[in-house]
Amino acid sequence: MKLGFSAAEEAFRGECAEWLQGQMAGEFKDIKGITTLTAKAERRKEWEQRLAADRWSCIGWPEQWGGRGATLAEQVIFAEEYARAGVPGRVNHIGIELAGPTILAFGTEEQKARFLPGIAGGTTIFCQGFSEPNAGSDLASIRTKGRLEQGEWVVNGQKIWTSLAHISDWIFVVTRTEEGSKGPKGLSFLMMELDQPGIEVRGITQINGDAEFNETFFTDARCSEDSIIGAPGDGWKVAMGLLAFERGVSTLGQQMGFRNELDAIVAEARANGAARDPLIRQRIARAEIGLRLMRYGALRMLSNTDHSKIDGAALTYKIQWATWRRDLGELAMDVLGQAGEIAEGDSYEWGMLPNLFLFSRADTIYGGTNQIQRNLIAERGLGLPREPRGDQ
Amino acid sequence: MHFSFTDEQAMIADTVRAFFAENATSERTRRAMVEGGIDRDLWGSFCTELGLSGVAIPESLGGAGLGMVELALVAEAAGAQVAALPLLGHARVSQALAAGGTPEQQERWLGALLSGEALASAGWSHDASFADGRLSGTFNFVPHGASADVLLLVTEGRCWLVDAKAAGVTIKAHTTMDQTRPLATVTLDRAAAEPLVDDGAAFDALHAAGWICLAAEALGGAQAALDRTVAYAQERVQFGRQIGSFQAYKHRLADMMVAIEQARSAVYWAACAVDEQSGEAALALHAAKSFCADTFFMCAANMIQLHGGIGFTWEHDAHLFFKRARSIQTLLGDGNWHRERIAANVLGEAA
Repeated sequence: MKLGFSAAEEAFRGECAEWLQGQMAGEFKDIKGITTLTAKAERRKEWEQRLAADRWSCIGWPEQWGGRGATLAEQVIFAEEYARAGVPGRVNHIGIELAGPTILAFGTEEQKARFLPGIAGGTTIFCQGFSEPNAGSDLASIRTKGRLEQGEWVVNGQKIWTSLAHISDWIFVVTRTEEGSKGPKGLSFLMMELDQPGIEVRGITQINGDAEFNETFFTDARCSEDSIIGAPGDGWKVAMGLLAFERGVSTLGQQMGFRNELDAIVAEARANGAARDPLIRQRIARAEIGLRLMRYGALRMLSNTDHSKIDGAALTYKIQWATWRRDLGELAMDVLGQAGEIAEGDSYEWGMLPNLFLFSRADTIYGGTNQIQRNLIAERGLGLPREPRGDQ
Repeated sequence: MHFSFTDEQAMIADTVRAFFAENATSERTRRAMVEGGIDRDLWGSFCTELGLSGVAIPESLGGAGLGMVELALVAEAAGAQVAALPLLGHARVSQALAAGGTPEQQERWLGALLSGEALASAGWSHDASFADGRLSGTFNFVPHGASADVLLLVTEGRCWLVDAKAAGVTIKAHTTMDQTRPLATVTLDRAAAEPLVDDGAAFDALHAAGWICLAAEALGGAQAALDRTVAYAQERVQFGRQIGSFQAYKHRLADMMVAIEQARSAVYWAACAVDEQSGEAALALHAAKSFCADTFFMCAANMIQLHGGIGFTWEHDAHLFFKRARSIQTLLGDGNWHRERIAANVLGEAA
């Protein structure tokens, strides 16, 4: 058990930091420090391509597909330096973190050659089509239908909460391809191009006034027969494999974003005197402890090579970070006081901390609500009886 | 960077877990509770058979030459059984002696401590006075103080070694809520006391060993409280269902697991940070002690609640966990104190 990095790894850290900071001080100065998912989308697509040009786009992937075959420690270092340099989040994070690894794990050689260069190169931006209006927590109740017709998959139905669909090029869609099937059986995982007459994307305005999420409607939307990842009917297996990638190294980059938010709260507390309040001090200490434990939990999870047993750190990670960040949002408002309830300008747009307060209410919902997480932890982690279904 | 156990560490963990599970039974612990809170036979076999009583003491001083990670593995396993052992005082004093004692002090005490022939405890006072080689003052809340042969006493940044049988030493044992670690008041009236040679090193070692030991014990205790409650949830049937099938019940167990996983990260982060002399060590120790103590208390309290009436009886072990958890919360700095140290680090001292 060792926490420190080797001299070679520290040298790699220096290389990452130099390149990233150089970019943020130079050609990409205009996107430095952006914290929302959608601002300056076109410039951020150019940034994806710059990352690719210098082979920083997906360093954990094999070299053959644009990566560097980087070690775990190197990926951890890059994720940390990325956020430390004030680089905004990846507009193609779904492509890089989810679609790409899924294709690498489940795709054919032809599919790898077809999709991976565009994802790695920052020219194919992906979004995710999982949830539906009636398949949220109960994800396996998917109703969107796919059928094979003259060498093409034809898809009808509706997806919701498709974040960044309005700036994406492709979407992966879990569809029910077996007529009359129920639950996780009879589903298939399809890759579809968004720019076609059968697909319509409508923004959903959220409680913070922003619109990062969308509804995506499919009306005889089409993709080629070989755009299916895995076999027909294997969609659930592929989708669950994909969700496991969600807990990868990118979580450490996400944590650096949390670090920036906590630092902003600390700076505000020192500036406005809240730092003298013993109760606020206790809560800031708790937030600091929680963030550190998140980091070491993620490192435990990433260092774990024994996949024969349930990994408790991985299983509990979602509820841990989501609850921590929701509490951080409340702490931010308590530190700001009433000033936090007044917007800076005339429009309904919020600075980092009030926006954190509003947006973090989504954290305990998307990707499995806290209540669903507790069911999963109790059932998979502790072996307790499963929830009975009401429709069987 | 590799944040998981080496093969050797995993082996130590298996060994100590099996040893305490087999030997530190509820029956033996309960017998020890009315005999000064120490199962002396168990401590003797721990010291002589396992060879881990000096797990983090350098080999040149007769120890195993390992570190805080391995000490944590031992304390975690002992904590899982709420074992009635003088491990806390032993770890604190032996580590402090190894770090800051004179060769003569090490010669005189370390061998006896590691073999189990002598027991040690540590205490603290802010109003003791020292003159002419003699120390006077009152040291409160000394864990297992009445059983100690040697005391390491701290007064305003200085560390003193006192033979518990020396003239001028009075030790009053108290009936203590946690009977597996009774507290004592040590009063010195011009008792012979030897200073250590390096107070700073001894002080740091004393603190690190104590906080790691308590945090790891708390982790083990919390996990055991969860495991035992999960077993009960699967066996007890009400309304025609296993009670563990009710969401109100299983969600509390899930919350316990979420906290315990963080506590595990905390213990081994802190242990590694001390072993690697990381700049984060102080922060990690404060985080681990406060977080693990609170986690253990939450889990032990849930253990009683989720067992219903049987959990409130003397016969059931839940109260052993509950009382141990409460005592860990206040030993060696309560949670608010540790968190204020972290706040001072993050925000600066309060005005």
